[in-house]
Amino acid sequence: MSGQTVHADFSGHMLDLDEDEDLEVFSKNTSLADGSPMPNSPSSMVNQYRLEEEEEQEQQDANARDLFVSVDNPESHVTAIETFIMYRVVTKTTRSEFDSSEFEVRRRYQDFLWLRSRLEENHPTLIVHPLPEKFVMKGMVERFNDDFIETRRKALHRFLNKISVHPILSYSQHFKVFLTAEELMSHRKQGPGFLSRMGETVRAVANSVRGLRSRPEEFTLMQEYVDDFSNKICSVDKVTQRIIKEQREYLDELKQYSPTYSQWAGSEEELAEPLRGVASCVERCGLETEEQIQHLSEVLVPALHEYVLCAETLKAVMRRRDNIQVEFEAKNEALASRRVDQEALQDEVDVLADRVELANNALKGDWSRWQNSMRTDLKSAFLSTAEKNVEYYEQCLAVWESFLLSQRAEPSEQNAGEDAS
Amino acid sequence: MAEDGRDELVATDDESDHTAADGSSSLNNTVVEEGSTLVRRMEICVAEAEKRSGKNAVNMQETFTVYLIETRPMDAVTEGRNPAPDSLWRRYSEFELLRNYLLVTYPYIVVPPLPEKRAEFVWHKLSADNMDPDFVERRRIGLENFLLRVASHPVLSNDKILHHFLTEEHGWKEVVYETGFQAKADSRIRALSATFRVRNPDKRFMEMKHYSDQLQSHTSQLLRARARVADRLYGVYKVHGNYGRVFSEWSAIEKEMGDGLQSAGHHMDAYAASIDDILEEEEHYADQLKEYLFYAEALRAVCRKHELTQFELEMASQDLISKKQQHEELATGIVRTFSFKGMTNKLFGQEAPVQREARIKLLEELIAEGEDTVKEKTVECEEHVERAWVDMQRFKEHKDKDLREALINYAVMQISMCKKGIQMWSNAKECFLKM
Repeated sequence: MSGQTVHADFSGHMLDLDEDEDLEVFSKNTSLADGSPMPNSPSSMVNQYRLEEEEEQEQQDANARDLFVSVDNPESHVTAIETFIMYRVVTKTTRSEFDSSEFEVRRRYQDFLWLRSRLEENHPTLIVHPLPEKFVMKGMVERFNDDFIETRRKALHRFLNKISVHPILSYSQHFKVFLTAEELMSHRKQGPGFLSRMGETVRAVANSVRGLRSRPEEFTLMQEYVDDFSNKICSVDKVTQRIIKEQREYLDELKQYSPTYSQWAGSEEELAEPLRGVASCVERCGLETEEQIQHLSEVLVPALHEYVLCAETLKAVMRRRDNIQVEFEAKNEALASRRVDQEALQDEVDVLADRVELANNALKGDWSRWQNSMRTDLKSAFLSTAEKNVEYYEQCLAVWESFLLSQRAEPSEQNAGEDAS
Repeated sequence: MAEDGRDELVATDDESDHTAADGSSSLNNTVVEEGSTLVRRMEICVAEAEKRSGKNAVNMQETFTVYLIETRPMDAVTEGRNPAPDSLWRRYSEFELLRNYLLVTYPYIVVPPLPEKRAEFVWHKLSADNMDPDFVERRRIGLENFLLRVASHPVLSNDKILHHFLTEEHGWKEVVYETGFQAKADSRIRALSATFRVRNPDKRFMEMKHYSDQLQSHTSQLLRARARVADRLYGVYKVHGNYGRVFSEWSAIEKEMGDGLQSAGHHMDAYAASIDDILEEEEHYADQLKEYLFYAEALRAVCRKHELTQFELEMASQDLISKKQQHEELATGIVRTFSFKGMTNKLFGQEAPVQREARIKLLEELIAEGEDTVKEKTVECEEHVERAWVDMQRFKEHKDKDLREALINYAVMQISMCKKGIQMWSNAKECFLKM
């Protein structure tokens, strides 16, 4: 880590991004780290914008796209035992594997979890996009708060879209079932059950205890990158949260500030008009600030957050790849030492060797794909943020300029604007 | 900036001279050429500030700041000659002394205020230290502003003590004390008592007094809120500096994204750094408001003086009436109202004629004195009202003008800040495009 000198100016505002204490409220494991509820989005307009933007981009990216998925319409579903949200998943496709060209099903969060774990199981070294987190962050009582549901819906939508453009994952049988089956529960019961998954984990742990003999250079580099990336993306996420916090506090003070001008106007005659003018300007800038905060929360924060989760996914993928190699190496060693059952063992070793190669290739292939995707997503989010900030300042500029205009329109006693610059 | 201030005040001077001349030239005891105040004859500025050490009143070592006052005859300046200015050093306490003298000597004038003694309405980054160079610089400007306001005032600018202050470095203090102004100062208690007990103060003055309370309260609330906003804004900008740091570190591990991230990071650093100058400039706006916060006090002082003179007049009149009554009682023997003498007369019998005569004589003398006193007080009160009213109008006009300009200035600052923001984020956007 570079040891940059901290300028005196910055002291107190420089976050110690290595210390976990700073992360205490901003834990990675919560969906919205900030203690306050998400700001209400102006109905569906912003969401609409984001959806359209994503769809456009995806259409541009893969002109040969033949599968489109969307997640919307969250509805509360009440049973005797529990209450949960069902989302509508709409699929439009021209793929021949599908019986029809359009599907509409209802899915709950657990269904998405099932899908993802199946995908990971079948493709242990592919990078499967993360899901939004399961639990609500500490402090939030209302599990089905509107903003929370909306955030989750957007993330689920993004998840399915990531899968649908993946050259391998989008052809997964589980994915097809998820998108088309009227009722998912029966399908969920099939496949390797909980116990067998447990067995795998135990084997993996046992193998990892043995340790990896030699990791191929490129995967070592990859691991280093993953660790560094994880650090950096968490830091960026943290900084962004902090900025939102500071902006909110700034906004609070602005709201106290503008009334002091209008109150003063009450006791003045000539001055009343310009004072009210300034009060109105400050107020309008406050509204712009509010919008800007909202944009940050709705665009940059979710994007960064997803990649924080991605970093964890990457770490898991690296571990799984390592385990596959370890398993092979273990059997291979056994083969070298034992005399008995060499043929049978040889077959096993061959299978495992193939597995290693498959796993490595899959990861290599997916790696650059993922990097590109990350670059595109984050670039878009940062761009959007920068554009919004420019727009924010442009709006505020217009507000103050119109005030100036109103003041200079009066027969002015003096050239106010000239000397002041 | 000093230039602007001066020009501005000369302009002010122009207008107020005309209005003042109409109403007050007859009242000015000092010889005033119409439209000729000190600032027109003399170029004044507070050029520098320096630290000095010395022993104070209790013989302890202390550090203080002195300010260099430079003066030049105006005709030399306008003729294009460039003579070296006369100069002398003064410290803040001497300015205070001058102002106190003016306050006592011209109680009908809204005396311009000095810049604050200690830094108030400080937001966290701003230093509250009197020795801080930024504070000293702002104080220098404030002191210059004070001198220019005084020197352009139709009444104050002719004061001899002011002239001394500007031209005689040594012995000035002694000359001020010799005027005995301190003895003329109204005691706080007298003033306060007058405020409560006065019966018929001039309505306009009461309104002005109420207005001065409002002005003070509103400006101080505004200043406090502004300081808090400044504090928060500072936080927002500075946190962006963290982006600079992280982007830079992150760019090291990325291939394609690296350059874009790195340069975006630099712009974030620049953005974070830009707030310092922005807020420094805003302090000047705060100073303009503070001047009127302190002016409110001066305005209130003039109103209070009215209450005092009015009260003393009422007291003197009351006293005269009661003495006349006593005289009447003694002379005619008729007791109109309850009086102690009446009581004792009833109880102990009337006094001897000789004594009565003596007392009647005394009373007549006292009545004569009392009538003189009432005449005096009436003149005092009326003169104060007339002169003060003129000056309060003058004050109102320059207040409206100055504050309106301050608000316009503020808008200009905001616009400048927005322009910087647009540029910074446009630059950042270009960098992100390169990612």
